[in-house]
Amino acid sequence: MTHINIASLEVGQEIGSEVFTFTRDSLVKYAGASGDFNPIHYRDDFAKSVGLDGVLAHGMLTMGAAVQVAVNWVGDAGKVIDYGVRFTKPVFVDANEGALLTVVGKVGAIDLETKTVRIDLTAVSNELAVLGKAQAVVQL
Amino acid sequence: MVNPNVQGKKYPETAPYLVGREKIREFANAVFSTNPINHDLFAAQAAGYPDVVAPPTFAVLIQERSLHTVLADPEADIDFSRVVHGDQRFVHVRPIVAGDELTSVLEVASVKSLGAHSMISFSTEVFDVEKLLVCTAISTLVVRGGE
Repeated sequence: MTHINIASLEVGQEIGSEVFTFTRDSLVKYAGASGDFNPIHYRDDFAKSVGLDGVLAHGMLTMGAAVQVAVNWVGDAGKVIDYGVRFTKPVFVDANEGALLTVVGKVGAIDLETKTVRIDLTAVSNELAVLGKAQAVVQL
Repeated sequence: MVNPNVQGKKYPETAPYLVGREKIREFANAVFSTNPINHDLFAAQAAGYPDVVAPPTFAVLIQERSLHTVLADPEADIDFSRVVHGDQRFVHVRPIVAGDELTSVLEVASVKSLGAHSMISFSTEVFDVEKLLVCTAISTLVVRGGE
């Protein structure tokens, strides 16, 4: 059950947006929750030693946060049946300033037969698109 | 370079992973979820689920368990310190819920080289205790070549 009337939707329509603040704490929390303890996500010295400009967010944290725009729109995390992204740019997370991730969701396609809607997400940090082809198919 | 001969190789089923309610809440908090269905048992049940529902990217935990077997496989010859995540997709038959006991089977879908780099794509099928497919996780890793 959903409050969304599929017949009233239009391709291109914005369904929501959100700004997420990633701090080093966010990265440590995600490391613990996911079990991904690659030190490039919390140690500056290690990140630099492998040629990175600094500590970067887990791509999967960016992916997991971005889809919340679609989840909040439909109101049920279980309705996102297909979700894929390309990781195009890293999100560098400054130790003091953190990083902002701005996510906007738009209707990309509507399938009246299967009652599914494809939500196309854009995710921008530091003026760069950090996800490519981020698409979440939502079952209404 | 990743060994191209592992294309099509299937890795053994992983040991069952029991999905805990608190693990779902911890993961949901980490990905900034405020959706009550990820946190609150009664909200999840009111929406028709047996228990709290995992966020759409939770299956990465199960995929990781399978990936570890590949990264530890000398035949595949993947240098983990040179790995970058290229893309990721999750296709769900049904959402993962607390109480699920999940196993996974990973197949190397393709190995390609792109100059000095290798691209290796995996397809990981996640099954519940009845051996029904819950989700397929599709992932590409880019392994940077030596300088």
